[in-house]
Amino acid sequence: MSILVNHLDHIYNPGTVFEVKALSDVSFSVDEGEYIGLVGHTGSGKSTLAAHLNGLMKPTGGGIYYNGVDIASEGYNLKELRGHIGLVFQYPEHQLFEEDVFTDVCFGPKNLGLSRTEVEMRAYDALKAVGIDDDHFYVSPFDLSGGEKRRVAIAGVLAMKPEVLILDEPCAGLDPAGRDEILAVADELHDSLGITIILISHSMDDLARHVKRILVMNDGKLVMDGTAREVFSHREELEAMGLAVPEVTAVLADLKKAGIPVRDDLITVEEAAKEILRVFGR
Amino acid sequence: MIREITLGQYYPADSVLHRLDPRVKLFGTLLYVISLFLFQSFTGYIVATVFLASLIAISHVPVKFMFRGLKAIFILLIFTAVLNMFLTPGRELVSFWKITITIEGLRFAAFMILRLTYLITGSSIMTLTTTPSNLTDGLEKSMRWMNILKVPVHEIAMMMSIALTFIPVLLEETDRIIKAQQARGADFESGNLIHRIRALVPILVPLFVSAFRRANDLALAMESRCYRGGEGRTKMRPLRYERRDIIAYLVLALYIACIITVGILF
Ligand SMILES: Nc1ncnc2c1ncn2[C@@H]1O[C@H](COP(=O)(O)OP(=O)(O)OP(=O)(O)O)[C@@H](O)[C@H]1O
Ligand SMILES: [Mg+2]
Repeated sequence: MSILVNHLDHIYNPGTVFEVKALSDVSFSVDEGEYIGLVGHTGSGKSTLAAHLNGLMKPTGGGIYYNGVDIASEGYNLKELRGHIGLVFQYPEHQLFEEDVFTDVCFGPKNLGLSRTEVEMRAYDALKAVGIDDDHFYVSPFDLSGGEKRRVAIAGVLAMKPEVLILDEPCAGLDPAGRDEILAVADELHDSLGITIILISHSMDDLARHVKRILVMNDGKLVMDGTAREVFSHREELEAMGLAVPEVTAVLADLKKAGIPVRDDLITVEEAAKEILRVFGR
Repeated sequence: MIREITLGQYYPADSVLHRLDPRVKLFGTLLYVISLFLFQSFTGYIVATVFLASLIAISHVPVKFMFRGLKAIFILLIFTAVLNMFLTPGRELVSFWKITITIEGLRFAAFMILRLTYLITGSSIMTLTTTPSNLTDGLEKSMRWMNILKVPVHEIAMMMSIALTFIPVLLEETDRIIKAQQARGADFESGNLIHRIRALVPILVPLFVSAFRRANDLALAMESRCYRGGEGRTKMRPLRYERRDIIAYLVLALYIACIITVGILF
């Protein structure tokens, strides 16, 4: 599995006053088994990029290659692509429509043309994977809580057994427990099933804790691409873009400025706690 | 794709027409539409064409946008034209089988197409150069006299303005839902009619749910800001006639005078 994004451009409503350059000259590649975070200010083009990776929009320039084949080429089987690259939209719970949870999750695999048993097995596995109990399977999706709806919607995409899962702000509007649950699901999918994950998020702390590599978008351009530690070492640049570094990284940097000899390239609370204890000799 | 629909769409630009008081534009559009039925002659069309062309020229809206509205009624246009062509009695031009095309019919059909085209284009100029909120403001103010007849003018205007602002929002939402279902492998393009109609369920259900949710949120938001109808409500930007509006009325009067003269003379 490999994805190559090559000089991708996207302009909305070209040639009118409503013209917006949402993506300009974006290039990067994704290898099998990566766990990538995608950040950027609101309107920087993250969702537009995600829609392109899923073949939902046609690039106005450049291209995307999945396993070496241009997905915008004539006759490319986009339905099959969408089975391989799963996209969970921002607020995915707004796409639920069936009478009960289980049938809704079946929608995706059914569209892939699988047999009924296969469809139901996948739906069952997906619902289990996101932690929905059997007694919720046959209630209306509209009767669930926000967090449960979100998990059912994610299951709807998971049931298609994608090799790559793109999650567009899966934690927006959830409480801390709900957020941790969703991210734990993502971790589990990555660690035990080897699914490649692209996580779009505004929370630097979440990214620091979960992803290995971070892509930073600014005004439609890809401005940084590196390991989480590398990216978070550019505090000023990130802040100039309206972003930030994880809170603990900022704390460490300020401690260093105040004359305490701590390392300031640590990004998670656990690492930082250990470092501070080390410096104070405990 | 779905954003191609331009029904009642506003096109932001800087032009005299954009700055005119909405009441002038509403009244002008009404008069213009009536004027199209005041003449039968070719000369009349010359006057109307000159008027319409100058409006398009000073509106700073790309011509392509003006004619988009026509696409929607294209079938209707052709249909009326064809019916008129065959069903108008008069001198025979050609005839085959049981169908006769008359000279009068042809002339009538051509004029019919022109008239409808001018009508739609003229009204598009109004919606393209006036924001929905301005438009309803104008409507509310020019219809205020109807309050005497116990017509709830303010409420009607408010409903219109909400409906107009929701059109683009719901179109965007539809677009998003279509994409979300496509990401789950939904297919809206192939299969027979029944298959395609059933394929709409995954779009329509979430769309209705979201429309109700939005309507509910909006009602709550309005109530929490103490909205209680039009009584005693003042405007942030009250409509007031400026010099350019007076000039516009004069131009309008001149145009109508021309049309009436042409209508009588030719
Ligand atoms: N359907 C559309 N038509 C026109 N412009 C659009 C459309 N969708 C998005 N845009 C514009 O494209 C730009 C990128 O939008 P996008 O939704 O990709 O941003 P984002 O990074 O996902 O933001 P957020 O963090 O708020 O979700 C924005 O300026 C937005 O206004
Ligand atoms: Mg987004």
